[in-house]
Amino acid sequence: MLARIWALVIKEFLAILRDKKSRFVLIGPPVIQLLVFGYAATFDLDHIPYAVYNQDSGFASRELLGYFQGSRAFQQVATITHESQIAPLIDREKALLVLQIGPDFTEDLLQHRPAPVQVIIDGRNSNTATIALNYVNSILLSFDERWARDHHWGSPPAQLVARAWFNPNLLSRWFIVPGIVALLTLVVTLLVTGLSVAREREQGTFDQLLVTPMTPLEILAGKALPGILVGAVEGTFISLVAVFWFGVPFIGSVFALALGMLLFLFAAVGIGLMISSLSMTQQQGLLGAFLFLVPAIILSGFATPIANMPELVQDLTYANPMRYFLVIVRGVFLEGDGLRDLWSQYWPLAIIAVLSMSAAAWLFRHRMQ
Amino acid sequence: MNSRRLRGLIRKEFLQILRDPSAIAIAFFLPVFLLFLFGYGVSLDARHIPLAVVVDQPTAETSAFVGGLQQSFYFAPKLFPSMQQAQAALMERRVDGIVWLRSNFSRQILQGNTASIGVFVNGVDANNARIAEGYLQGVWQNWLQQRALAAGHPLIVPVDGKDRIWFNPALRSRDYLVPGLIAVIMTLIGALLTALVVAREWERGTMEALMATPAQMAEILLGKLIPYYFMGMGGMLLSVALAVWLFAVPLRGSFAILLLASTLFLLVALGMGLLISSVARNQFVAGQIAIIVTFLPAFILSGFIFYIPSMPTAIQVITHIVAARYFVSILQTLFLAGNVWSIILWNSLALLLMAIFFLGVTLRRSHKRLD
Repeated sequence: MLARIWALVIKEFLAILRDKKSRFVLIGPPVIQLLVFGYAATFDLDHIPYAVYNQDSGFASRELLGYFQGSRAFQQVATITHESQIAPLIDREKALLVLQIGPDFTEDLLQHRPAPVQVIIDGRNSNTATIALNYVNSILLSFDERWARDHHWGSPPAQLVARAWFNPNLLSRWFIVPGIVALLTLVVTLLVTGLSVAREREQGTFDQLLVTPMTPLEILAGKALPGILVGAVEGTFISLVAVFWFGVPFIGSVFALALGMLLFLFAAVGIGLMISSLSMTQQQGLLGAFLFLVPAIILSGFATPIANMPELVQDLTYANPMRYFLVIVRGVFLEGDGLRDLWSQYWPLAIIAVLSMSAAAWLFRHRMQ
Repeated sequence: MNSRRLRGLIRKEFLQILRDPSAIAIAFFLPVFLLFLFGYGVSLDARHIPLAVVVDQPTAETSAFVGGLQQSFYFAPKLFPSMQQAQAALMERRVDGIVWLRSNFSRQILQGNTASIGVFVNGVDANNARIAEGYLQGVWQNWLQQRALAAGHPLIVPVDGKDRIWFNPALRSRDYLVPGLIAVIMTLIGALLTALVVAREWERGTMEALMATPAQMAEILLGKLIPYYFMGMGGMLLSVALAVWLFAVPLRGSFAILLLASTLFLLVALGMGLLISSVARNQFVAGQIAIIVTFLPAFILSGFIFYIPSMPTAIQVITHIVAARYFVSILQTLFLAGNVWSIILWNSLALLLMAIFFLGVTLRRSHKRLD
């Protein structure tokens, strides 16, 4: 029996790897996605283009603007001298924000009066605007702090002293890149298994497979193993790139990650085979894989927190294997988790794996007659 | 060019679309599905962040601060008796952060010193952590204000920052996600669906059958373009209708310009789809290439979610050859800002050039040959 399954596994690999283009598809896209996501997918802002409309001629406004010029997050693109120049800059996306300092800024500050600074910001991308406003606020706060100290405004009764655990500099990349391990493992596994049965159906070779002495379960195992192997190789490769190329810390247990990945692969392969046995053509298989992938990625916590979703949608995410694997990957990479810390993630993943594999086996047998 | 032959080809294509439910699904089900998913599922607006609060020595000062946290819409604070237990909760991801008021908090304030409020956040989700820190700062500033008012003198901070947010004053993330999504949806219909459909003709050998007919190559291509153009525009109109009527996203620019820009973008997407399928001639490969060179860039490199000026320079250069970048810019401007001519004209020009390029290359590459 093992020999028969093994023969089918080899045949599956040949079917995937024989063609030069399909071979490339297995290696090229994941690498491209990894690089593009790793570098481009970040919420950290850098070189925010801003313009200055400074009506004040005193030293205080120059001092405040010095804080912005010294920050890597901001890049001044224009200095304007009239109110009417603000709208074109923002409308045409030349500047994300305009700092407008009134004519009495220095005077007000020297007289111990609050001095207003207007921040006019492009809200078209509300997330970018929120983050940029946060940056502006923290610069204004540090200016305030120094001004209050140097000019005897008195110190505030209490001060926030914030420290971030696991990611002290709050780098988005440390969050996104481990997430890509989960993302690409899921995509590759689903594409390999999702199309495998559909391809045979479309080309008519599925009937040939059925007249061989193999039992349906053996055929299923022969179809599942290549997906698991390909997924495991890609997942390991991407984890290595995350550590050695992107420099993301890996402080947890390798074994805890491996167990999580194995359970996740079983769940993904089960879902891929379910899709495949339901579809009659490759186009349907691809579409089915796609229809599963998009919500699975969006509702996993990969880019946006699950806690922000409406409650009904949050309940839905409990059925999503990627949700658990993301916690495992990030826990192992950044928080130093071991096997014991992650039980709460392993068992739901195992249940999903068992359910999806059994459903695939059932569908497989019943769609054959 | 023979209009009767062309009509025949278009009829054939429509029949094929009607017979295969998966094409209809991509054109009409997918837009609705994606809009619902993004409209309801994706939000970067954090609220009710679970927070551990540790107060070493409760006094009137500390309860005023904790009260501020409890009233804040953004936090769901929970009192923990000791720092150790709070740290364990942070480790186990039961809370996203800790606020620690040490035993000397009230004494420091009474003596006129500056007490420190210890804040620890789980930094794994860096963006969320930063947003939480921002909200905590708001609670702290509020507390300062309240104290000053209670003491009978208004709080005076040196710089009084005033935000004026244009186009989306409430900063609703839905208002920018939904218009941007239209570019992603049209990419799926124009490029992915077309690439799959033409690759299938190659794979099944029906392309050879088409070539054996007297139809010219240009007619065969047009016969593909026209039906999928209408499907793409159908998907676009459906998305705009849902955006405006269901998600209440304002459409401040002109609808006619929206139609024109969509037409240009759809031509680019169709051109890419046709080119991909003629290179791949295999559904699996065509599907993969279409996802990599059209769908993913439309998502990541178009400015739809991530801000292009913050990307590394090399990636910024690459974004210039992503058609969706120009379309997303037009969409976000038309929906939220209105008719800003310099944005509309330049981006439309880029789309026009790309459409000419892709359709031209496809036409040149397509000969009635089978190799």
